[in-house]
Amino acid sequence: MHDFTPISAAIGGVMIGAAAAAFWLGNGRIAGISGILAGALRPERGDLAWRFAFLAGLIAAPLLWRTVMPLPAIIITASPGALIVAGLLVGFGTRLGGGCTSGHGVCGVARLSPRSIAAIAVTIATALVTVFLMRHVLGAAR
Amino acid sequence: MTRLVWVFATGLLFGLGLCCSAMINPAKVIDFLDPAGNWDPSLALVMIGAIPVAALGFWKAQGLASPWLEPRFQLPAKTRIDASLLAGAALFGVGWGIAGFCPGPALASLALGNWRTLLFVAAMVIGMPAERSLRAFRTRKARITPT
Repeated sequence: MHDFTPISAAIGGVMIGAAAAAFWLGNGRIAGISGILAGALRPERGDLAWRFAFLAGLIAAPLLWRTVMPLPAIIITASPGALIVAGLLVGFGTRLGGGCTSGHGVCGVARLSPRSIAAIAVTIATALVTVFLMRHVLGAAR
Repeated sequence: MTRLVWVFATGLLFGLGLCCSAMINPAKVIDFLDPAGNWDPSLALVMIGAIPVAALGFWKAQGLASPWLEPRFQLPAKTRIDASLLAGAALFGVGWGIAGFCPGPALASLALGNWRTLLFVAAMVIGMPAERSLRAFRTRKARITPT
């Protein structure tokens, strides 16, 4: 075990949960990032402004954060080819499954939606298997 | 206008949460997904922090006829656990495990100017409409082919 940061992780979690709650209470929508992005890529009439406003806030956040506190290091170990494959899988998979970590993992679980609970369980399971294979099977062979 | 400011602030708060928890760092996500290695359980704390607070919001909203700034609540239409949900969730998990990025952190770190993030987001933005096109194609084929 290393770099265990329970306090900042839990505080960050509370902020994410508060954002999801504020979005539902204020706007009556599920704060699912993949859904918000997908809708911005294929906008319906009158549907675009709020999506861009949300994404702008999300993208501005690290810029604001680093004016006050140091930003966590962003370490990407995957190769360019792996990043392309991963990006395609994440884009395709989140649309096919109708959500990602935010929509299913936070909002769906908070609503006790069986659909979301199933989705996030499967996602975490395949992610665990993927990391195990990459780090301990393929990685060990190298 | 109030509506857009509210949405912007919500997105901002969400992104600040990703920064505070360091979930914006793919290496940390992969360490969380690696209990057989140097396991970093921090991200479980993100979920443990986020879910009850979100649940409180959903619970509080039950007493409202409509959201504060919009005419109605928009709940996802689908409630059934079907093959698409499970297949999509599985594929997403594989991608998440490979890169350590899910959509929120990937988008949030866009402005930091790392070309690897950009590459991931570009592929993700191609993957999303690809799913839609494939679905449309399969529906069309199903309509043509008599069963």
